[in-house]
Amino acid sequence: MRPMFIFGEIVNGLRRNLSMFISVVLVTFVSLTFVGAAGMLQMQINQMKGYWYDKVQVAIFLCSPGSTTANCSSGPVTKEQQDNLRKLLDSDAVRQYVNDYQFESQQEAYAHFKEQFANSPIVDSVTPDQLPSSFRVNLKDPQKYQIISESFSSQPGVESVIDQRQILEKLFSAMNTASIVAIGIAAIMIVCAALLIATTIRLSAFMRRKETAIMRLVGASKAVIQLPFILEGVLAAVVGALLASGAIWAISHFFLTGYLADQYKQTAFISDAQTLWLVPALIALGAVIAGVSSLFTLRKPLNA
Amino acid sequence: MIRFENVTKVHDPRAKPALDSVSVEIEGGEFVFLVGASGSGKSTFLKMIYREDVATSGSVYVAGHNVSTLTSWRVPKLRRKIGVVFQDFRILPQKNVYQNVAFAMQVIGASRARTKERVTDVLAMVGLEGMEKRMQHELSGGEQQRVAIARAVVNQPDILLADEPTGNLDPTTSEEITEVLKKINANGTTVVMATHDDDIVDRMRRRVIELSRGKVMRDEAKATYTSLIPKVTPATGTTGEAQA
Repeated sequence: MRPMFIFGEIVNGLRRNLSMFISVVLVTFVSLTFVGAAGMLQMQINQMKGYWYDKVQVAIFLCSPGSTTANCSSGPVTKEQQDNLRKLLDSDAVRQYVNDYQFESQQEAYAHFKEQFANSPIVDSVTPDQLPSSFRVNLKDPQKYQIISESFSSQPGVESVIDQRQILEKLFSAMNTASIVAIGIAAIMIVCAALLIATTIRLSAFMRRKETAIMRLVGASKAVIQLPFILEGVLAAVVGALLASGAIWAISHFFLTGYLADQYKQTAFISDAQTLWLVPALIALGAVIAGVSSLFTLRKPLNA
Repeated sequence: MIRFENVTKVHDPRAKPALDSVSVEIEGGEFVFLVGASGSGKSTFLKMIYREDVATSGSVYVAGHNVSTLTSWRVPKLRRKIGVVFQDFRILPQKNVYQNVAFAMQVIGASRARTKERVTDVLAMVGLEGMEKRMQHELSGGEQQRVAIARAVVNQPDILLADEPTGNLDPTTSEEITEVLKKINANGTTVVMATHDDDIVDRMRRRVIELSRGKVMRDEAKATYTSLIPKVTPATGTTGEAQA
C-alpha cells in the first residue's frame, strides 16, 4: 500500500466533496465543544469540591439574645449549657466522628463577619450580640453530618446545626445539572455528526463508484479501497475536534481565568493547562466517532 | 487454467437459471470465443471466473483455486491474476491515459518506478505511445478500449476476460482491438472473449463455446460463429441440415 496514493485519493475526495466536508467539520466542532464544556464543568466541580470540602465544617449555632427557635425559648446559652455541649463533643460516642472543633465566640463571629463583608454597608448595622456563638466541628467523614445533627439539634442552648457542605452541595448539584444538560446536547449532536459522516461517506463512495469498481476489479485489497473514505471522515472529525479544542481553550482562557477568576477571587477555578487535558480526549472521540461511522457505512456499498 | 464443473447459477428461482449445469475446461494460453444470443449466460460465465458472481451449485476452478469457496478477503488475490475489459470501456474520466493504466498498479501497491516502466511498455504494446497525457474526451472509442485493455493487462494477469469488447466499435476498429487481444494471447495470456461479432470469430478460427439459455450448446476448436457441423435430429435419427 502506498501512503502517497492513499493521500492523493483523500485529497481528490475532499476536493469533490468540499461542502459536505465542511458540514462534517462544523457539526463535529459544535458537538465536541459541548462535550468539552461538560468536561470543563465536571473538572470545575471536582476542583471546587477538593478546595471547599477541606474547609467546610458543621456549625452548631448556640442560642443568642435574638434567637427565636423553640429550643432557645429559655434565653441565650448559659455557661453550663456550653460546658455540657463541650462534654458531649468530647464524649466517645461523638469523638469517633470528629477530627477537631473550635469554639467561636460572638466577638470572633463579629470579627469574621466584618472581614467577609468589609466592603458592605451591612457591617455598620450589625452588632456582636446579634451574631450567635458556635462550635465549628470538622468531621472525619463529611457524610456523617446527620449523626452530629441528631446528637446536637435538640440539646439545650443549641439554636441550629448547619452543614456548610449542604449549602455547597446545592451549587454543585446545579453545576452537575448543567453538565448533564451539556452532555445530553453533546450526545444528540454526536448522533447528528455520526449520521452526517455516514451520509457524507456514502455520497463520497457513490461519487467515486467508478474508481472503486475498477479497484475491486484489478484486485485492490479492501483496506486500500476503504481507507481513503474512512480517513476522509476521520480527518473532518479531527479538524472539528481541533476547532472544539480551540473553543474550550478560549472559554477557559478568556472567561474562566480571564474574567471569572478575577471577579471571584475566593473561588478556585480550573486553569488553562487543566483544560488542555481535554484536547486529546476530544480528538480521540472525534476520530472514533468518524471511524466507526464510516466503517459501518462502508460495509455495504463497497463490498458488492 | 479455468474449469467449470456442473455449474448452475440461479438469479431468480422463478426464472430459468442463467447457467445450467455448465462443464467446460479452458487450458492456459488458449484463445476462446464465448458466443450466444443476449441473455444466453455469457456475462454470467465471465463473472463466475472473476468471482463477481458465485455459482448456486457446482464448482469453478481458476488457476488452481476453487472460486466458489474462496473467502472474500482472498478475492483480491484472485483478481490480480485476471484482467477484465468491457464493452463500455470504463475509463476514469478525470484521469489521463497514463493515470488510468497506472491506477491499476497503484491500487495494488506497485512502486512508482515499476509502474512507470510497465505502463510505458503496455501503452506501446496496445499502440497508444505518445498519448499518455490525453483525456477520455480526446480519445476515439477504439483508443478508449485500448486504454481499458492496457489497464487490464498492466499487472500481467494469467487470464484476460473480454465482455463484448468490440460491441461499441466499427468493424475496422474491432479488428484492430482483436489484433491487440491476439498479441496479448501470443504472450501466453489466456483470453476468453464474449462476442456477437461473427466476422471476428469467423476470421480468427479459434475455439468457440456457444451458450444458449445457460447451457453449452457447442464447444468446437478452430470454429466459426455458427456451427458448420450438421445438426443431428434425435427423433428421426437422421442427419439434419446445417444450422442457419
